[in-house]
Amino acid sequence: MLSMFFAPEIKEAAKAAVGQAAAATPAPATLPKLPPLETAHPWAMPTQASTFAESTDNLYFFITALSVFFFVLIMGAMFYFMKKYARRSEDQKTSSITHNGKIEFLWSAIPAVLLVVIFAWGEIDWIKQTTPPADAIDIRVTGQQWTWKVDYPDYPGVFLTSAMDEPLVTMMVPKGRPVRLIMTSEDVLHSFYVPAFRVKKDLVPGRYTTMWFEATTVGEFNLFCAEYCGERHSSMGGVVKVLEPEQFEAALREAAKLEQKATESPKDFGGRIYKRRGCDACHTLDDSPGNGPTWKGLYGKKETLSGGETLTVDDDYLRESILTPRVKVVAGYENVNMPSYQGQLDDKQITALIEFIKAQK
Amino acid sequence: MATPDKHSATDGAHAREPSFYTSKRGLMSWIITLDHKRLGMMYLAGTMFFFLIGGVAALTLRTELLTPELDLVTSATTYNKLFTVHGAVMVFLVIIPSVPAALGNFLLPLMLGAKDVAFPKLNLLSFWIYTLGACFFIYTLFAGSLDTGWTFYTPYSSNGGAQGTAVISATFGAFILGFSSILTGLNFLVTVHKMRAPGLTWNRLPLFVWAIYATAVIQILATPVLAITLMLLIIERTLNIGIFDPAMGGDPVLFQHFFWFYSHPAVYIMILPGFGIISELVAVHSRKHIFGYKAIALSSVAIAIISFLVWGHHMFVSGQSELAGVVFSFLTFAVAVPTAIKVFSWVATLYKGSIAFNTPMLYALAFLFTFTIGGLTGVFLGALSVDIHLHDTYFVVAHFHYVMMGGTIIAFIGGLHHWWPKMTGRMFNEAHGRWGCLIVFIGFNMTFFNQFIVGQQGMPRRYATYVPQFQLQHVLSTIGSYILGLGLFWTLFYLLRSLKTGAQATDNPYGGASLEWMTQSPPIEHNFHGQPRVDTDPYNFPQIDRSGGMDHH
Amino acid sequence: MSSAHGQSPKPPHAFFQHHYNTVEQQAGAAKLGMRAFLATEILMFSGLFLAYFIIRMFYPEMVLGSHELLSKTMGGINTVVLLTSSFTMAMAVRSAQVGNTKGIVINLYLTIACACIFMVVKYFEYTGKFENGIFPGKYFDYARASEYARAHGHELVGLPHIFFGIYFCMTGLHGVHVLVGIGVLIWILVRAKKGHFGPQYFTPVENVGLYWHIVDLVWIFLFPLLYLVK
Repeated sequence: MLSMFFAPEIKEAAKAAVGQAAAATPAPATLPKLPPLETAHPWAMPTQASTFAESTDNLYFFITALSVFFFVLIMGAMFYFMKKYARRSEDQKTSSITHNGKIEFLWSAIPAVLLVVIFAWGEIDWIKQTTPPADAIDIRVTGQQWTWKVDYPDYPGVFLTSAMDEPLVTMMVPKGRPVRLIMTSEDVLHSFYVPAFRVKKDLVPGRYTTMWFEATTVGEFNLFCAEYCGERHSSMGGVVKVLEPEQFEAALREAAKLEQKATESPKDFGGRIYKRRGCDACHTLDDSPGNGPTWKGLYGKKETLSGGETLTVDDDYLRESILTPRVKVVAGYENVNMPSYQGQLDDKQITALIEFIKAQK
Repeated sequence: MATPDKHSATDGAHAREPSFYTSKRGLMSWIITLDHKRLGMMYLAGTMFFFLIGGVAALTLRTELLTPELDLVTSATTYNKLFTVHGAVMVFLVIIPSVPAALGNFLLPLMLGAKDVAFPKLNLLSFWIYTLGACFFIYTLFAGSLDTGWTFYTPYSSNGGAQGTAVISATFGAFILGFSSILTGLNFLVTVHKMRAPGLTWNRLPLFVWAIYATAVIQILATPVLAITLMLLIIERTLNIGIFDPAMGGDPVLFQHFFWFYSHPAVYIMILPGFGIISELVAVHSRKHIFGYKAIALSSVAIAIISFLVWGHHMFVSGQSELAGVVFSFLTFAVAVPTAIKVFSWVATLYKGSIAFNTPMLYALAFLFTFTIGGLTGVFLGALSVDIHLHDTYFVVAHFHYVMMGGTIIAFIGGLHHWWPKMTGRMFNEAHGRWGCLIVFIGFNMTFFNQFIVGQQGMPRRYATYVPQFQLQHVLSTIGSYILGLGLFWTLFYLLRSLKTGAQATDNPYGGASLEWMTQSPPIEHNFHGQPRVDTDPYNFPQIDRSGGMDHH
Repeated sequence: MSSAHGQSPKPPHAFFQHHYNTVEQQAGAAKLGMRAFLATEILMFSGLFLAYFIIRMFYPEMVLGSHELLSKTMGGINTVVLLTSSFTMAMAVRSAQVGNTKGIVINLYLTIACACIFMVVKYFEYTGKFENGIFPGKYFDYARASEYARAHGHELVGLPHIFFGIYFCMTGLHGVHVLVGIGVLIWILVRAKKGHFGPQYFTPVENVGLYWHIVDLVWIFLFPLLYLVK
């Protein structure tokens, strides 16, 4: 079918895109691509990968079955009447029926009963979905235009940030253990949506929202932002990786590691940090405008601050801006609330970042 | 059965007189007209103009969605502006005003046997307020346009994330348009209560009038809340009051509550008049009494009331309390029952009728098909657990297009054809009309049915780029949208052409029995000669035909 | 012809509109229309009342502390003034009913005078706030306002700009309605002076009266909620 026609080309394009992105310097002017996943056939339901998925799908199928049944019934009657009672002559007599109490009662009561059944089923599943078990692992999610920041209170020091052009994992969870997400946003509304788990919850600035799920299959699953949040809403995606419980902790620590590789220069390490810690969400490298100042030509530049004083951008200013960003704000960026990376980046990482910035001439 | 021409015998005693188009002349006579028919035609022109604009925005973004990446549209912000413009223009400038202000204005006094609405000057004011609000929207487009989505969720809309003054001009435009809607509703409510012809009891009202009445109730009660919501948003944006912005102590979810308290009843403002049209079309073109008149009339009122109680079903994942979710879900299913009753009643009307497959009837039958799908898919979204998966995905987009476009717009086009002879005095080419309906029907379903599939597969809405696995469905949908666009342009073409070359219409080409058919096509300025009286309901076709024709004076 | 329960229809008056059949029909329509319009006004203000209740629920101490800075005296004077104006308005309608043109004119003058006093008091109330740094939203001067509060033996806690934002919104919107009311009252006054109104036709006076009573009613709810309730 048509899917055959498209599938190989999609796979080609996706592979090329990933390869290209990995090789080139990130260019945020074009939208970064979401990691391509296995192309299911175009008419399939998403995989069932959580304990909720099956019951949600069952209710979905039940409603579909009922809908199809009633639709066929109604349309069947309609087409049948269209054929049988088509106007054949100008003098065709029509019936004087105006109503029928019995039929009208039946076709009000039966749908009402069915709707109550559907409501009750949905509500029962909803109660399960809104009551996390006591032994759930807590994960904190912070949404920020346009990236997810995930940390694990039970595993201090682990921060995951979704990068936008590497197939990096946004969140890791163990299979078969309930996981509770405690979520908030730093700026506008976002929404955490994993189709394969059939879960979704908004991230609201100024308060915490919670949701929970238990993954049932090992694998990688698409994560989407499902509440419009501005320019890069479409690319605020990521991947939730489900691992066997034994491998979970080790994998978590490995993924969270952001250390300079043996063959890597500080500048390249800085480039990885730029993507991994979400700097690329606000600072471009090609002079194009972003939420924050571009890094092209930044080092050594004379900047005017919001108070009117000027300074030359040097190592100290960069370090200060990373750790306490709101002390010396460049004029025009007063309303942008850059979060502090105190505790999230160590000295080595900050130095590497500074090297990277220096290289953006 | 009486032939259509026999019915013009009722007015045959009067020679053909100047219609309301020519009874007064000159531009000023239109600009300050108090004639509800002229105002209706002006609204028709306005809403159709904006339908074109909203439609072009839609075709552009559908073209962009042919591929997973950005290509036609070069920046995501432009895409975001396109869907915002599409949504805001369609909701505020097209669907909410179209049936009530265009068809309703024209038909209501005629159907009631009155000379005009209760407050003709207020009607004129409503129209110019609509125009003023529309100007603010046009200004917004030129001022860089806004990208908040038509729902203006805070804090993105209150907080500078979106482009400068565009948010204020657009929300102020919507604020003004709200007043137009309120004043129209108020006018219609009083007109139905106070200006019915002698003998026209509530039980004898055409169902289109019942629908307009229920809509007027919602317009009066719900729109003021929108007004205050938008006012608070504007003040939040300019003065940072701190009611919706968490950085200043406010609550973003409060905005959603305020917004949907109006906007949910608003969707019933959009569909109830469409229901009214379908009742008329199905009864007249199958020459049979509408089945379940009381049920259809009262279900409109029931829908109007319950519609105020279900706004939270837009917010199941917003962070509102779980209990609120349960209550809203239950009430949402409650509102489905009166709606289902109507669909069953319309189909039952066809039974033992004499069905003519002319263009208005084809649109009514198309409505039954598409609206049923739209309504049934609402059931998925009302179920809490399923909605968690489907909320903010293309499933929702498909659902509301099926009810708003497959419902209201299809009904509107059907009504436009049905009353075209009355409004313009011309017959359109029937063959052209049938082809148009077919093309629109095919295009519409092809555009939107696939969106259910891709939505339940997880594709979120308002996405400029998407995961490649969804491409096939998007390509099919876009091709469908081109077909739909073609069908709509074709319809515009032959309707406009009929103004020049169409056959002259008789008073009652379709054999309708409500009062608007008892007068000239197009009507004279004062609608009727003298005061019509009514002694039967307008669907008594079998009896009318048996007694050899209608005689109402 | 439409006849109300066997009575013969009233003869048309000078302001009979010809899309109606009878005078009663026109009067009935005008009254229903005004009532429907007032329903919309009530709903609009309800939105703001709801916002007030929610803020009060979220920040009880802040609301308590902030509302002490509102001038109960000026609010109280305004309440008495508006209640009086409602009375004189009702008297104006009554005068119209019995055909006492002089009575209509005098009572309308009194109503307008009360309304103007209301606006003048409001002017002083608002400028009093502005002088002490109490502005809506982001212009709120926390430092000056706190000083002012302390000088009067109260303490401002939390985010008072939210309360004052709501205060200015609600009283401001109400004030706009009073101003519009003054305009409409002047129009009715001019018509009354021309002798338009009498027992056979006084619907405009009645309808303006209805509007004015609603404006008063909104204030009757506003005043205790914002100024008085602990």
